[in-house]
Amino acid sequence: MTTAYGPLSIWVVIVAIGVITYAIRLSFIALFGRIDDIPPRVEQALTYVPAAVLAALVAPALVSIQPTLVGTLTADRLLAGLVAAAVAWRTENVFATIAVGMGTLWLLRFVVPLVG
Amino acid sequence: MTRVASDFSTGVRDSLPLLLGIVPFALVAGVAAAEAGLSTAQALGMSVFVFAGASQLAALDLLGSNAPLAVVVLTAAIINLRMMMYSASIAPRFRSVTGRVRAVLAYFLTDQAFALTVARYDTDESGQRWYYVGASLALWTVWQVGTVVGVVVGAGVPQAWGLEFAVPLVFLALLVPTLKDHESLAAAVAAGVVAVAGAGLPFNLGLILAAIVGVGIGMLAESWR
Repeated sequence: MTTAYGPLSIWVVIVAIGVITYAIRLSFIALFGRIDDIPPRVEQALTYVPAAVLAALVAPALVSIQPTLVGTLTADRLLAGLVAAAVAWRTENVFATIAVGMGTLWLLRFVVPLVG
Repeated sequence: MTRVASDFSTGVRDSLPLLLGIVPFALVAGVAAAEAGLSTAQALGMSVFVFAGASQLAALDLLGSNAPLAVVVLTAAIINLRMMMYSASIAPRFRSVTGRVRAVLAYFLTDQAFALTVARYDTDESGQRWYYVGASLALWTVWQVGTVVGVVVGAGVPQAWGLEFAVPLVFLALLVPTLKDHESLAAAVAAGVVAVAGAGLPFNLGLILAAIVGVGIGMLAESWR
């Protein structure tokens, strides 16, 4: 979907994310010698950030609890996503995961309707 | 070859297998930027200023659905919080350089450069830094070129192909290897369920709520072990 935000808003977002991300990267590198270690509780929480955030990004793209219309629209995505997940699990390869996932989606969208 | 050149080129060489994974990721970042309606300059600007793929894809996704700008920025920030761990782990290797050099090195900190550099023990501190710089510059260059190619390609592909589906596929490819233990799996399942249930929440807050619940469940699962 195309954003309704204007160029200024987009640049503000880009710079804001850039500044925050840079601050995160620099944090302990700059502080070394003064604060050497992350508090254990914080480190423990950070361990789970990738799994939690990535799952939160993936799940709504594959599954929707809204019935009927949206449900049928996303059924092919769910199936393609499950196949891609299997490939990701076996290969841990980004390219293979994208290729198989997109291939399955196109198969379900363009080829299956012709056959069935 | 001098020591510096040798460490630098070893870093470039060791990053090559990872670049195979970065190329499609960068292309998708470009495609997603085009689909969200960003110009080539904005897409490249994002890749240069942010230089962190998962957060860029999430931000583009949210921009495309017109989420509030604060939610876009906050979501990207949460995704990049993990780099604080990398910053702490890699800091001792950068201790003997000036603050200005540290500031430059910090910009290039990524999952890949971090993973490569911390696995390298067979050289001294300076060698590890040049190795890091070599790997980082290779990753950076491929990321920027890939983004621009993705914008051009993405703009020319018909909507019916559903190219935007490549974005969750990238997240999936990054997610699966993180599910190495029961605690991470619990965190992911909890976050996924909350994200689906909260998809209709105002301001796209479902995502942030899901991340917080997921991290909480992961910590809870760990305390039960």
